[in-house]
Amino acid sequence: MKNIKVPALARVEGEGGLYIGLKNGKAVEIRLDIYEPPRFFEGFLRDRYLQEVPDITARICGICPVAYQMSAVYALENALGVKISPQVRALRRLMYCGEYIESHALHIYMLQAPDLLGKESVLEVAAEAPDVVKTALRLKKIGNELLKAIGGRSVHPVNVCVGGFYSWPDAKAIKALLPDMEWGLNAAIDTVKLALTLPYPDLEIDYEFVALHHTEEYGVIEGDVLSSNGRKLSISEYENSYIEEHVRHSNALHSRTVDNNTYLVGPLARLNLNHEQLMPRAKNSLQEFGIRLPVKNPYKSLIARSIELVHFYEEAIQLIKEYKPSGPAHLELKLKAGEGSGATEAPRGLLYHRYKIDARGMVQFAKITPPTAQNLPRIEADLFKLTPKIVSLPEAEATLIAEHLVRSYDPCISCATHFLKLKIAEK
Amino acid sequence: MTTKKPTVAVYKFSSCDGCQLSILNMEDDLLDLADAIDIAYFLEATRAQKPGPYDIAIVEGSITTPHEIERIKEVRATAKTVVALGTCATAGGIQALRNFANADEFARVVYGHPEYLQYLETATPLSEHIPVDLELWGCPVNKAQVIEVIVALLNNRLPNLPPYSVCLECKRRGTICILVDKGIPCIGPATQAGCGAICPTIGRGCYGCFGPSRDVNPGAMATMLRQLERYPGETARLFRGISGYAPTFRTIVDDLLPANEEA
Repeated sequence: MKNIKVPALARVEGEGGLYIGLKNGKAVEIRLDIYEPPRFFEGFLRDRYLQEVPDITARICGICPVAYQMSAVYALENALGVKISPQVRALRRLMYCGEYIESHALHIYMLQAPDLLGKESVLEVAAEAPDVVKTALRLKKIGNELLKAIGGRSVHPVNVCVGGFYSWPDAKAIKALLPDMEWGLNAAIDTVKLALTLPYPDLEIDYEFVALHHTEEYGVIEGDVLSSNGRKLSISEYENSYIEEHVRHSNALHSRTVDNNTYLVGPLARLNLNHEQLMPRAKNSLQEFGIRLPVKNPYKSLIARSIELVHFYEEAIQLIKEYKPSGPAHLELKLKAGEGSGATEAPRGLLYHRYKIDARGMVQFAKITPPTAQNLPRIEADLFKLTPKIVSLPEAEATLIAEHLVRSYDPCISCATHFLKLKIAEK
Repeated sequence: MTTKKPTVAVYKFSSCDGCQLSILNMEDDLLDLADAIDIAYFLEATRAQKPGPYDIAIVEGSITTPHEIERIKEVRATAKTVVALGTCATAGGIQALRNFANADEFARVVYGHPEYLQYLETATPLSEHIPVDLELWGCPVNKAQVIEVIVALLNNRLPNLPPYSVCLECKRRGTICILVDKGIPCIGPATQAGCGAICPTIGRGCYGCFGPSRDVNPGAMATMLRQLERYPGETARLFRGISGYAPTFRTIVDDLLPANEEA
């Protein structure tokens, strides 16, 4: 094989390319070229009022706006020293369920599964298996409907504010989603079964997994930053151990640990670290279908996503049943100068924010570390490991397997530029 | 119509992907849409690519790099009809906040090595670089409006898009005016309808995602809003947001500036 070149990666969010440079059939250079233009969000946030922040950070990503809103509100609430009510916290988790459902259904069926089925797109899958695609679209739609019921719309919802929500969503509209949610839970379990029948390329990696961990619930908001190497930090200590760098070939920053290691965030990290906290049917699915942990094959993050799809449908059902709005939907904020950090688990992985605000509530400084920036060095390292396995294959096949590896990460290039083209070239 | 399906290409420029997602989010209509058109290029949805020329190019995002200027010209050259999808493509979007500041300073704030980057000092709408046939505003666009635009194009008619402001959507939903009744700053009177007045309906002011409506009376709006500000420069910041680079909103803020150094 002469070279692997993917000038513009398909079925990912945002724009990037992949280049694998070979010498005597061995990979000597691997680059994820992130040519998604820089968008300067941390700059825009300066001198904006704190309540504008969730509306601005939502615009970092149309696929996971809730994650950007949630990490922001937790960081700003941390800066002000306010503690939200349990009802608000429950509604935040319910809203996050909507985003996980929408984003995971999109990624499993529309972005990654076509690779495993040898198809170019979900539309090509639809020509052969229309019922599967109709199920996929309904699974995804239900997540969007939940987001709409809470946030007014599914992309860039408008109801999230520092201190809570602008207003309580109508309880009747929320409860009306229950029959669809029950259908979705069963369809999600079928998704796990389907996921286990797909042919995954062979690749096992010894990852350092990093995810939020919460003792009482599946880590999404709050908790500690837990690593599979035993390191456990509070969210405010995150920057002591995880560093972002700017590398020449990428408009997205690259993260590493202080001891100079790559690490993995996202569904595999969460599932491997936090499976004890899964909801009952999601946990049962692991046993019932014989899924052994840890899962260390990046392509099998699809299986992790399908387990999470079960979890979040299940959790959504519970939260909807318990939804009883009472008390104020948001706190009256007492402004003061301060600094605060916040992290939540976006569907793609840990998302960290830190803000400094002045006494008037104006942002003086913002730092945002998206999941894809943390995973980029890891994706490049995986490709190094993959190259010997694919180097003797026909070019089109090798390219597809490499591209698929990148896609299995569900990289959000738009998010990370503050990210991909495949090109393998013999030097 | 002939039996040949129209070819459609969907492109992304500088953006969050949210408006492209609005196409994938047409869950109930997506398969019908795929029957009615030939999706020739849509990187977020498919690896398959057919060469142009295309009948319709749907473009998301704004122009923020020298390379994007070249790319948008190529898009124009290969498509009969170009549709600008969303507020990034129609007004520069959130990226255009750099147009009121120093982009180099932003680059220094965000990146360790700004010298590795290629970017323009400004983020601009497609119409500043190429003739655009149709603009659909919204951050994000409303999915129902996307369907209306595509159906209109397939039937060779103009799309039916509301020419009025968010106020009328509030009236239709029975939402009591939060600006008048509660004194909450809202730029709905100056903003195009299309979102369904979702912000006022949940008790917060409109922040202008769908861009300026026609027949805005900016002076009157600004005077009223200035009296209700809850934080320094709120009025200017409301207009200088998602659609801040749209000419009408730009002018409103420029008029405010002498009296309001904060913005």
